Amino acid sequence: MSSTDLARESSAATPGASRVVNDFSIQVATVNGSGSQTANLILIRSIFQMGIPVSGKNLFPSNIAGLPTWYTIRANKHGYIGRKKEIDLLVAMNPETAKEDVLTLDAGGVVIYDEPLNLKALRSDLVFYPVPFDKLVAPVCPDAKLRRLVRNMIYDGVLAHLLGIDLGEMEKALNRQLGKKQKALALNLGALRAGADFAAANLPKQDALYIERMNETAGKILIEGNAAAAIGCLMAGVTVVGWYPITPSSSLCENLIDYMRKYRMDKETGKATFAIVQAEDEIAAIGMVIGASWAGARAMTSTSGPGISLMAEFTGLGYYAEVPAVIFDIQRVGPSTGLPTRTAQGDILSTAVLSHGDTRHPLLLPSSVRECYTMAMDAFDLAERLQTPVFVMSDLDLGMNMWMSDPFAYPERALDRGKVLDRETLTRIGEWGRYKDVDGDGIPYRTLPGSDMPSYFTRGSGHNARGQYSERADDYVNNLERLQRKFETAKDLVPAPEIDRRDDVRIGLIAYGTSHWAIVESRDQLRQEADLDTSYLRLKAYPLAASVEAFLRDHDRIYVVEQNRDAQMASLMRMEYPAELTAKIRSVLHFNGLPIDARSITDSVLAQEGFAVGAGVRQEVAGPAAVGGE
Amino acid sequence: MTMTAPPPGKKLNRIGLELQAYRGSKTTLCAGCGHNAISERIIDACFELGIEARQVLKLSGIGCSSKSPAYFLASAHGFNSVHGRMPSVATGALLANQKMLAIGVSGDGDTGAIGIGQFVHLMRRNLPLVYIIEDNGCYGLTKGQFSPTADVGSTLKNGVVNDLPPIDTCLMAIELGASFVARSFSGDKKQLLTILKAALSHRGTAMIDVLSPCVTFNDHQGSTKSYAYVKDHDDPVSEVSFVPYFEDISIEYDPGTTHEVSLHDGSRIYLKKLEEDYDPTNKEQAVRVLHETAARGQYATGLLYVEPQKPDFCSLLNLVDEPLAHLPLERVRPGREVLEEIMERQR
Repeated sequence: MSSTDLARESSAATPGASRVVNDFSIQVATVNGSGSQTANLILIRSIFQMGIPVSGKNLFPSNIAGLPTWYTIRANKHGYIGRKKEIDLLVAMNPETAKEDVLTLDAGGVVIYDEPLNLKALRSDLVFYPVPFDKLVAPVCPDAKLRRLVRNMIYDGVLAHLLGIDLGEMEKALNRQLGKKQKALALNLGALRAGADFAAANLPKQDALYIERMNETAGKILIEGNAAAAIGCLMAGVTVVGWYPITPSSSLCENLIDYMRKYRMDKETGKATFAIVQAEDEIAAIGMVIGASWAGARAMTSTSGPGISLMAEFTGLGYYAEVPAVIFDIQRVGPSTGLPTRTAQGDILSTAVLSHGDTRHPLLLPSSVRECYTMAMDAFDLAERLQTPVFVMSDLDLGMNMWMSDPFAYPERALDRGKVLDRETLTRIGEWGRYKDVDGDGIPYRTLPGSDMPSYFTRGSGHNARGQYSERADDYVNNLERLQRKFETAKDLVPAPEIDRRDDVRIGLIAYGTSHWAIVESRDQLRQEADLDTSYLRLKAYPLAASVEAFLRDHDRIYVVEQNRDAQMASLMRMEYPAELTAKIRSVLHFNGLPIDARSITDSVLAQEGFAVGAGVRQEVAGPAAVGGE
Repeated sequence: MTMTAPPPGKKLNRIGLELQAYRGSKTTLCAGCGHNAISERIIDACFELGIEARQVLKLSGIGCSSKSPAYFLASAHGFNSVHGRMPSVATGALLANQKMLAIGVSGDGDTGAIGIGQFVHLMRRNLPLVYIIEDNGCYGLTKGQFSPTADVGSTLKNGVVNDLPPIDTCLMAIELGASFVARSFSGDKKQLLTILKAALSHRGTAMIDVLSPCVTFNDHQGSTKSYAYVKDHDDPVSEVSFVPYFEDISIEYDPGTTHEVSLHDGSRIYLKKLEEDYDPTNKEQAVRVLHETAARGQYATGLLYVEPQKPDFCSLLNLVDEPLAHLPLERVRPGREVLEEIMERQR
């Protein structure tokens, strides 16, 4: 990893120091396409199986093979599963980055490396473990062509021995991963044992890092956010999906395809209770969703920033013609192509007001894989209840990385199909008009093609309450004001913020999405390092609930933590709230493509609070409130 | 005292409706616009086939053409969507409810320019949709600019000459996999009506390019999309007639001069030879004839290509028979054991 990615802070493991148990991070530096994914997955799973809270972050290039890749695993006994900036143990497999990777480690760091790379000479303040990977792999994998793929399993064996990871757990994880592929399983098991045996015979323990069994993961699952969201869609009863491949969202629809084929084929006829179409582009994908939702199906698409930009026009149509749609935005770094394999919360502002004219769209903001699951279901209910496009704003970190979670609960609530006109309602309301606000909540009644209810003509052009074409000023204004009323209604329907309010605390933190995990840790750091107590409001949705305004009112200084440069959520607050409240808002901004970490938040808050932040902890920053340069 | 005769009995169709029941709201297009004639033929075709308007989806993009769904079948569900993207909306709507009969109306700009991408993929998918291009070679609603179907050498009213080759939507549709491709002329009442009835009875994408002169911006000398020009250069490939499945008529024909095509619902199309024997199931011939007539500056009209048995998109997706949109909760939400099984695999 480049030096810009790493802070230099004195770290835990120094030779002879006391044992560091279940509280460190491992970084594996490999070449993209070298089959390291299996080795990394086995590593994280085996730690998880030993009951230790763990998280994994895959830092990969936009490339099929050949460019550097880093995988970071953090084991943390306290349950902190946000990213940690500092690397305690490096597995250096990539000749191209090995030197820089080693040079950027903190003193006391541990390096397992491919012996020919000869890294030992680079520094005298690290612990080095050379491993002759090629020599070890040859006897266990006679087929030279397969060696490249099996070779990485050796470092798992070395780590098992050095850290005290139960080799049996690794074998179990490997079995689970490759159980069906007997030949691959045998080769990998051989490599795993070869690594462990080599370490036992040749690498006396010189570092202080240890993995020891705990009981913090019993019953828990490890899953990627995109898979979790796909399960949510499955359970939400989605029937039509239009999608276009784009990193980092593709795995959402790919997971969904697998689940639907397995669980949504009609038992009697063997036919599909769903249609999934890989569209020609994102415009067609959202067009299909709009068409299907208009005709009464639960329809969704999944994309990332560039796709969101393309979906702008249809989103405006959905807003104005009042057609439900569910859109997952697995955010990546923009603008433009940006860093397509890095994470950000950079689409918040543009998505909230996506499309021309006056538009506003509900955004759901999942922080966890469990919320990817529940908010997928919420999104369909809200889209049909509000008759409007609803966005689920996940990100690459949440969508594509493995997260620990409690298992998901089965949905007890029936589907909310919203206000679809039926005989009974028609009798009650008398005369039906497609865009008539009968109930005062801004939400009209719609009818579905193929039903026995009256039809109407749907259009993105001006229309009156009866759905007829109109260019009249009063019709236009009435309609726009009703849409605004509907958005007010949405405030009470979207998931409410989660608030941890401390008495007599003057500082409030507001965050959303994946920043949550770093906030949890940062609040502890603020308390421990500077005796700063904070309240915390985690946003789960836009529009902002009334409790957000109260939270601003109740605190003197509010730090809005976001993974973008332009303080996008704070900007939405400034659009909505009076100046005396928004004047209290400060921003903590992180936008270098890596998942936000607690240290960055803590340092930024402390600096803005006037504390002297230790030299070396923070490098130059882009601005007074930014740590994006990291 | 004079006796007044009772009004002559109004003609009812096979489901007991008058023609009036198929009309839409009053057109706001120019008097004499070809598009109005097309709307009239759609009304006639639906009336004659006894289609239930409520079971029809009418969809369109943006432009003069795309306004026209408001002018037929008032009781059908309509969707005037965004420019060039009607195919995707139609795709979604039909996947949600494949029981509906869908009519999409587009224009030559809506299809050939901004919408060419979606057009291409619609044809590939063979979605069960009647896709009508109301083709006047210009953008009417923005006051007469050339569209991509304008012929080389055709002139605008102000004398500007088009120097780019036209897109032949019929040629494209045939190449891309549409299973029913026709060209007609808004001024040819009989041919257009027959083709529309056949298209409405076909299961798969029925692409009909209808030359439909723009009386305001493209009906002058020098235009190859004017009434006079199209009339003079209309070159039908055969004489087409149609017998719907519900009419028990046996037609005597000479197999040497007439082709019979049976559609999936049992309706039949008869194509009688004019100059050359034209087989509408022969892709190579269709492509050749289109190239040859275009080279002569003429329009090959009629049913150009048909492949009645080709599986449509909904069949390819193996959808359950009931509309997806109306499946009850128990059929779309798997049981607890499924979630439990999925969770178990993540442990």
